[in-house]
Amino acid sequence: MGRRGVFVLAGREWRGACNMISDGFLNYSWQQGQEKLNTLYTKGKNSQRKLVVFLPYLWLFLFFLIPFFLILKISFSSSLIGMPPFSSIFEWVGDNLLQIRFNFQNYLSLIQDSFYREAFTSSLKIAGSSTLCCLILGYMMAYGISRANPKWRTVLLLLVVLPFWTSFLIRVYAWMTLLSTQGLINSFLMKIGLINFPLQLLNNSYAVCIGIVYCYLPFMVLPVYTTLEKLDPVYVEAAFDLGCTPWRTFWKVTVSLSKPGIIAGCILVFIPAIGEFVIPEILGGPDTIMIGRALWWEFFNNRDWPLACALAVAMVLLFVAPIMFFQRQQALALERGE
Amino acid sequence: MLPLTQPVRKLEPWQDPNEKPYIQIENISKSYGAIQAVKGVSLSIYKGELFSLLGGSGCGKTTLLRMLAGFETPTAGRILIDGIDVTNWAPYQRPVNMMFQSYALFPHMTVYQNIAFGLKQEKLSKTQIHERVQWGLDLVQMLSFAHRKPHQLSGGQRQRVALVRSLVKQPKLLLLDEPLAALDKKLREQTQFELVNIQESVGITFVLVTHDQEEAMTMSTRMAVMEEGRIRQIGVPHDVYEFPSSRYVAEFIGTNNIIEGLVVEDEPDHVLIESQEAGCFVYATHAASMPIGTHVAIAIRPEKVMISTTPPAGSRNCTKGVVREIAYLGDMSIYYVELESGKVIQSSLPNLLRLSERDVKWDDEVYLFWRAENGVVLAT
Repeated sequence: MGRRGVFVLAGREWRGACNMISDGFLNYSWQQGQEKLNTLYTKGKNSQRKLVVFLPYLWLFLFFLIPFFLILKISFSSSLIGMPPFSSIFEWVGDNLLQIRFNFQNYLSLIQDSFYREAFTSSLKIAGSSTLCCLILGYMMAYGISRANPKWRTVLLLLVVLPFWTSFLIRVYAWMTLLSTQGLINSFLMKIGLINFPLQLLNNSYAVCIGIVYCYLPFMVLPVYTTLEKLDPVYVEAAFDLGCTPWRTFWKVTVSLSKPGIIAGCILVFIPAIGEFVIPEILGGPDTIMIGRALWWEFFNNRDWPLACALAVAMVLLFVAPIMFFQRQQALALERGE
Repeated sequence: MLPLTQPVRKLEPWQDPNEKPYIQIENISKSYGAIQAVKGVSLSIYKGELFSLLGGSGCGKTTLLRMLAGFETPTAGRILIDGIDVTNWAPYQRPVNMMFQSYALFPHMTVYQNIAFGLKQEKLSKTQIHERVQWGLDLVQMLSFAHRKPHQLSGGQRQRVALVRSLVKQPKLLLLDEPLAALDKKLREQTQFELVNIQESVGITFVLVTHDQEEAMTMSTRMAVMEEGRIRQIGVPHDVYEFPSSRYVAEFIGTNNIIEGLVVEDEPDHVLIESQEAGCFVYATHAASMPIGTHVAIAIRPEKVMISTTPPAGSRNCTKGVVREIAYLGDMSIYYVELESGKVIQSSLPNLLRLSERDVKWDDEVYLFWRAENGVVLAT
């Protein structure tokens, strides 16, 4: 199966997560858009409006909700050797008897086996710390760009997105050549005599963090930049005028007012990072267990689809659902005007 | 004209040579590259004044205000507040507060937090902050709105919160950038008086920037008319209106009929001007001495031009024309009278009678006349 299989799986996880964030993240602007449409199409354009509203929901239904329920269903079955490699939950026994068998063992194993707990906590740690690094780095970049001369801003933004023009995989492999023992960084440090033996930079969770920060930085920079760019400089002037020092003004006004961008950026980085498979696989060590890798092992090494599905469902419920709920609350609060 | 019995009056601070100015702007200039926004402005403002900077857009009034606030550093000159040179002080170090045109209320804070924001920077105790915020909210009758967010307030309420936010800091100087521009006409008129009352009760020196001359006239103790980065005239509103010192000011403040002519007689108490344009001799008592033959302009306010169908006594300051247009404004009407030279003179009359009952109608031949003290002679 090799890489291709990996990508199908990673892709599935990724797409699911993406749909969910876009649902939550775009909630506010989506509703705003609907309001605008409302005013535009109040009279006699109801059917058009419904179509516009219906299409994204249809998309979500077909490509998120149905796959999710399929996964949910598999997660309650038992693993078998065969094709498909899991038992069916619903089974006709006799003429009029439908047998439903829910297997909760998969979920129980997630709790009982410390391996999965470790996978969850280490995913949380790695994704959390990478998101934090992304935030610090991304905020500085976004702030810099938003304060730059307007004619340079587009160029700078383009530079932020430029790495996307090359393949994701190649970019991650590039870090391998940078971080490996014979890599550029080690040979440079040895050449200038700072170290005598190469440092172990690759195959640990730091390398994974570096990879995630590098790959997801644009997802932080763009939403933060959008809020900073829209931020009226008069608020900063007002704070100065009221006796607030520049440093305090930065925290009390600039950062506070760019909170929507910070939240959006963090979610856009955190959710894909927590399910990340490719980066820990390439840059991580054997002990860097993340949910994405655990999933792959279960699917392709153990061929235990039900357990893998349970893992996926647990991830969605534990990480993605609370974030979505939080986003929704935020959007509602915004709408109420709080 | 002086009243018959003049009461003993205290001199206004700007008339008193012993009074020290509170805010001194000394020969200040500001350029942005090749563009000079403010060109060597000097100004003295006294304690407790409500001083207006009036001018069209791009006249440098806002730049001057921003230099007072500290947002812009002057290219030359200095600013003294209460005798201290603050030219190079940062905005957060100055004893100056500003009320922004857009109000700039922090959208993520409540009314209370907005007002307390400036006080927190002064490291006051919680109770002190609370007392001051309550005092401020009470001053503008906004106590019940303390926990609202700015977007839940109306324009007038926001304006009051913005005013209080800068007032509670008790600055030595409060700057107001077009404070009423965002309000509708009715509210604006009402707020003008409110603002003046508050200013008088707190005794803080206000400097106000406005393009609205009515606002400047009703509110200020003194005003400065600016044009192209320079001050054209400083004075109390009455003086600026009645005795403009230049043609620019005469045309900028209110409406004025400007007639051109040549000086034919120059006496200590009057000048006599022969005007082809007006078709008569203009006799003016309020004029500086002008050498005979000087080309001058005479400014006469429309409300000072009287209109009649019968000729008045005397031939000076009286001319003839045809009513071309009558603009009915409700409280008054403006008559546009075309003189023989083709020049159109405006004359405004209060609407004491209904239009149909008046003796002056469209296309009537009428006489226009004015008092000798109402023609202001200006050098062109």
